[in-house]
Amino acid sequence: MTGKPILKVRNLSVDFPMRRAVLHAVKDISFDLMPGETLCVVGESGSGKSVTARAILQLVAKPGSITQGEIVLAGGEDDVDIVKLGSSGPAIRQIRGRRIAMIFQEPMTSLSPVHTIGHQIVETILLHEQVSKDEARKRAIALLDRVRIPNPEQALDRYSFEFSGGMRQRAMIAMALSCNPEVLIADEPTTALDVTTQAEILSLIKELQRDRGMAVLFITHDMGVVAQIADRVMVMFRGEKVEEANVFDLFANPQKAYTKALLGSVLKLETPAPRPPRPAAEVPVAAIDNLALHFPLNPGFMGKPVTYLKAIDGISLTINEGETVGVVGESGSGKTTLGRTLLRVYTPTGGTVNYRRGDGTLVDIASLRKSGLQSLYGEVRMIFQDPHSSLNPRMTVYQIISEPLRTNTRMSEAQMRDRVEELLTRVGLPADGADRYPHAFSGGQRQRISIARAIAVRPRLIVADEPTSALDVSLRHQVLDLMRDLQTEFGLSYLFISHDISVIRYFCDRVAVMKSGKIVEIGDVAQICERPVHDYTKTLISAVPRPDPRLRADAPA
Amino acid sequence: MIVFILKRVLSMIPAMFAISILAFVVIQLPPGDYVSTYAAQIAQSGESVDSATLNDLRERYGLGENLVVQYSKWIGGILRGDFGDSFEWRQPVTELIWGRMGMTALISLCTLVLMWAISLPIGIYSAARQYSLVDYLSTAFAFLAMATPNFLLAILLLYITTMWFGVSVGGLFSPQYENAPWSLAKFWDFVTHAWVPVFVLGTAGTASLIRIMRANLLDELHKPYVEAGRAKGLPEARLILSYPTRVALNPFISTVGWVLPALISGELIVSTVLNLPTAGPLLLQALKSQDMYLAGAFILLSGALVLIGTLISDILLAISDPRIRLS
Amino acid sequence: MSLDTKPYDADALLDQQVTAGQFQAAGQWTMVWSRFRRHKLALVSLAVVGFIYFIALFAEFLAPYDPGKFDPRYTFVPPQGIGLFVDDGQGGSRFQPHVTGYKIELNPVSFRREFTIDPETIIPIGLFVEGQPYKLWGLFGMNRHLIGPIDQSQPFFLAGGDRLGRDLLSRTIHGTRISMSIGLVGVGLSLVLGMILGGISGYRGGMVDRIIQRVIEFIRSVPTIPLWLGLAAAMPKDWPPLQVYFSILVILSLIGWTEIARVVRGRFLSLRNEDFVISARLDGVSEFRLIMRHMMPSLYSHLIAAITLAIPNMILAETALSFLGLGLQPPIVSWGVLLQDTQNLRAITQAPWLFIPGICVVIAVLALNFLGDGVRDAADPYGK
Repeated sequence: MTGKPILKVRNLSVDFPMRRAVLHAVKDISFDLMPGETLCVVGESGSGKSVTARAILQLVAKPGSITQGEIVLAGGEDDVDIVKLGSSGPAIRQIRGRRIAMIFQEPMTSLSPVHTIGHQIVETILLHEQVSKDEARKRAIALLDRVRIPNPEQALDRYSFEFSGGMRQRAMIAMALSCNPEVLIADEPTTALDVTTQAEILSLIKELQRDRGMAVLFITHDMGVVAQIADRVMVMFRGEKVEEANVFDLFANPQKAYTKALLGSVLKLETPAPRPPRPAAEVPVAAIDNLALHFPLNPGFMGKPVTYLKAIDGISLTINEGETVGVVGESGSGKTTLGRTLLRVYTPTGGTVNYRRGDGTLVDIASLRKSGLQSLYGEVRMIFQDPHSSLNPRMTVYQIISEPLRTNTRMSEAQMRDRVEELLTRVGLPADGADRYPHAFSGGQRQRISIARAIAVRPRLIVADEPTSALDVSLRHQVLDLMRDLQTEFGLSYLFISHDISVIRYFCDRVAVMKSGKIVEIGDVAQICERPVHDYTKTLISAVPRPDPRLRADAPA
Repeated sequence: MIVFILKRVLSMIPAMFAISILAFVVIQLPPGDYVSTYAAQIAQSGESVDSATLNDLRERYGLGENLVVQYSKWIGGILRGDFGDSFEWRQPVTELIWGRMGMTALISLCTLVLMWAISLPIGIYSAARQYSLVDYLSTAFAFLAMATPNFLLAILLLYITTMWFGVSVGGLFSPQYENAPWSLAKFWDFVTHAWVPVFVLGTAGTASLIRIMRANLLDELHKPYVEAGRAKGLPEARLILSYPTRVALNPFISTVGWVLPALISGELIVSTVLNLPTAGPLLLQALKSQDMYLAGAFILLSGALVLIGTLISDILLAISDPRIRLS
Repeated sequence: MSLDTKPYDADALLDQQVTAGQFQAAGQWTMVWSRFRRHKLALVSLAVVGFIYFIALFAEFLAPYDPGKFDPRYTFVPPQGIGLFVDDGQGGSRFQPHVTGYKIELNPVSFRREFTIDPETIIPIGLFVEGQPYKLWGLFGMNRHLIGPIDQSQPFFLAGGDRLGRDLLSRTIHGTRISMSIGLVGVGLSLVLGMILGGISGYRGGMVDRIIQRVIEFIRSVPTIPLWLGLAAAMPKDWPPLQVYFSILVILSLIGWTEIARVVRGRFLSLRNEDFVISARLDGVSEFRLIMRHMMPSLYSHLIAAITLAIPNMILAETALSFLGLGLQPPIVSWGVLLQDTQNLRAITQAPWLFIPGICVVIAVLALNFLGDGVRDAADPYGK
């Protein structure tokens, strides 16, 4: 990949003027994109990677603007500096969609909800090429076929909401490639997709890239994806370029401290955390037996349901004392519903959940009455996924954490105060944060507050519903380590729900793989991850991109 | 699609039923009945009526019997096309009402169409060019228009046209066209008169629709699919008109649900002020004198008009939004 | 090295960079207020609304006369202007607040009195003058008025006179009290109805919700005027004014509650599924505490916005009803009642100052609308 770069970015800066200050989203970055190569731009939230991508197509949202720099697109006769083209006018429109195309993160919201897929693709073609409508339609059908959408002729007249997430992203790719661009900018195109779908889309992009000799600028925060597809990598942090290198070199010998730390926290998750050995005789804490949750759909004429949505379809699972049981699955598998049903957010339509209380008695959570539930919540707690919506924005941290104390104990105000401060310190937050409101804290800090709330009443079982999914990668192992420490200290059991196999592998003892409301395989974490038996598990495990480029087929020997 | 329409029409029936009950209740509210009022009026003017005639009247209108019977007599008549007789005017209600109701409907519908025609482009422009002069002016106009009671506007208009132009603009037709059959000339005469009530009625509603369109479009303009469209190379104006506007159109179309009742309400007041040959003045009179069949028929028909309007807007919505059509 | 960076929320980043620490301990109301303060228009409207309610509160003191006081000599008098300086007869001027008197001529053709302002006649005026006695709020006997003629027998018509020679300014001021209070009290009733029904609907969901929803939709689709007219016409003519007043209130709120119910229902529906509400349920919190302590605080600011936008609708509704003669009856004075006089075209061509109560309506409604908009933006800038 030598020769002239197809895209040359020099000293690019993008600023956003805000009410009282100026936000420097991108600070003086320079890089090259060679024809036919895949350059991954990786960074965490706030790194400026998305803004950089948009700047290349002059799509920076007002009030932001490019304040300096040049973006030179190599051309047959002339090179053109995109910065000089301004953000509107026929000149920049010649570039957009024709020479440089872009695909976005959320295919559902990136396609118009009221136009057919066909209309949107044909429109792109007609915009840039002098062909007849019929010709454009034929090309659109060919494109849909190329991205492997079944029945492309019918698909042309369908709307985006009639397709699944993966299909929509394929349609989006077809639209972007319709005019054979030289550069494809992909802004986190697989972040919102299931891991198996992600694998398909990544391989599709690779294929198309090879076919057309296209350069791909791939924005992502996932080091695993980087390792799988990148030729070169550029690391960004807070608007600045930290490091740029060949992918093998970057992973083997990161030069800068930030890159080292980033890779470090990702690789840490690759090896399971040390765990105390399991006792010979397991004492079950919760035994789920043939649990079912069927939602009636499409009430018929007299209100009798015609079909059911079987969110949970006969699940049996045992959680032992001091154990961490993981539940992994993709979207629609029912794993979140399982966690919530365990806590009776939903009432199961069948099956039992036998829970052993602290005092040794056995209760069936599935059929508990309201009074029983109230005392249950003193022992079984939940940690939610989204740190931004799981804390009441109108209550102080103290009020939030003390709430379970209020309903489950008879502590005085002063005692609760002490306990809350103690909890805050335990989870690594300043004790004087108790009188602040959630919006004063970052996502990672809020998740710690959630954890503090969960352990406030010394629970025996905690259902953790994707507690690290909304956090930056570098924060994940910190939160998991905290949870691990608390488990040792308080003798907790966890039901850990996630879609991320690497997190499960790091944290759990056993794991159950869920698909369409059923458990397809269950066993020791090591066994499931290294020697999966069921086909679906095999697909799932192999689809996860490992953050090690040496595992690639095209790795140098 | 046909199924959709049929389902909507079927669901209108209970609503119609409820309106008829409502109309009936409202009419029954005033204490006493028409015959006593009639008798009192006659007595006041110095004449006298014998009780046999009064009883005959009571019998005929079913006034002595219980409410359910009265109601069923009334509804039964309506379904046969007999809306009863007006006590006060001594004519069948149908003769009095259709012409008037038709005018009310005509004016309301004209106003609705004009409101949409004006507020749509202004709303779109205000959202696309936020904080521009047009935006500020239309917002200022909107607030002012929504704060002015429509009857006040009507009177002001009368005042201004009288003081400055020396013309009186009441009524809907010049005398020579009043009872003439419809023709192009009559239509033009209508337009020159009707602009007054249409203007008065439409102002507040237009203002409110502009605000709604603006707000909805502003929401849509920041959505990812607009950015994706720009990334394809679409020119700005075409992008905005074909994508976010189409989506923002939906809540706009569904505003008919409350705009139409407001228009009909407003029309009733304004026509009283401007003395138009529409339903308003007659309804007011009917209510004041407890002319039951006339008032009831008006309320029923007004409600029906609104329901039909809502049906049309639902159909338009289904045509415009595939998400509704296909769900 | 801490990698604990905030998500790319520009506003949040700004807060961190510029106002470090300032908002961290700020509660909901502080934030709402500080967002509200940025809307200059809303602030001005707040002052205007406050001013109008002040007038309503102290109407008896602020108005020069009792609203019923009439003087047949002065039918349709034009407004007098206030002057501050008079000729002192020696070429200079001295400070003497005054109004100018009238020259009255009898038009021989129409037999009507015609008034022209006579600059020669000086009527001194003052502040806190003695005037007609009254009882402030029906309790405190006083006879001082804010402004008036020093000599009580002189005409004082700052806003002109109506067809019975009543002072329009006094009547408008007294009308302020009635019109604004109907708005306030009427909304109070709608609030109670709307919160209860909307709350049940949104919290319970299911069949109850569907029924209440249908009822709300139905009420919204019925043209309100025929309904009001019917209800208003049904009231016996011989009821005492206060009873009429309250029945009008009830009638108006029976329609007005739907808007508030919709807001409450919408919020409850979305709150019910919020993680923090579910989390509170999983804390074992009782249903009552869940609603009052966890859900309601998210509702208050929306409620205030809905109320401030409902009041002007009430005012407009009452004005329309009274204008048609079906609302409040004399001797109660509201802006709507005052505007009845404008129905007579000849009267307003002769005395255009009769429009003044209409201007008051527009100003009050405008101010309330701006205020409501400002509160709604401050309460939830994302318009949810």
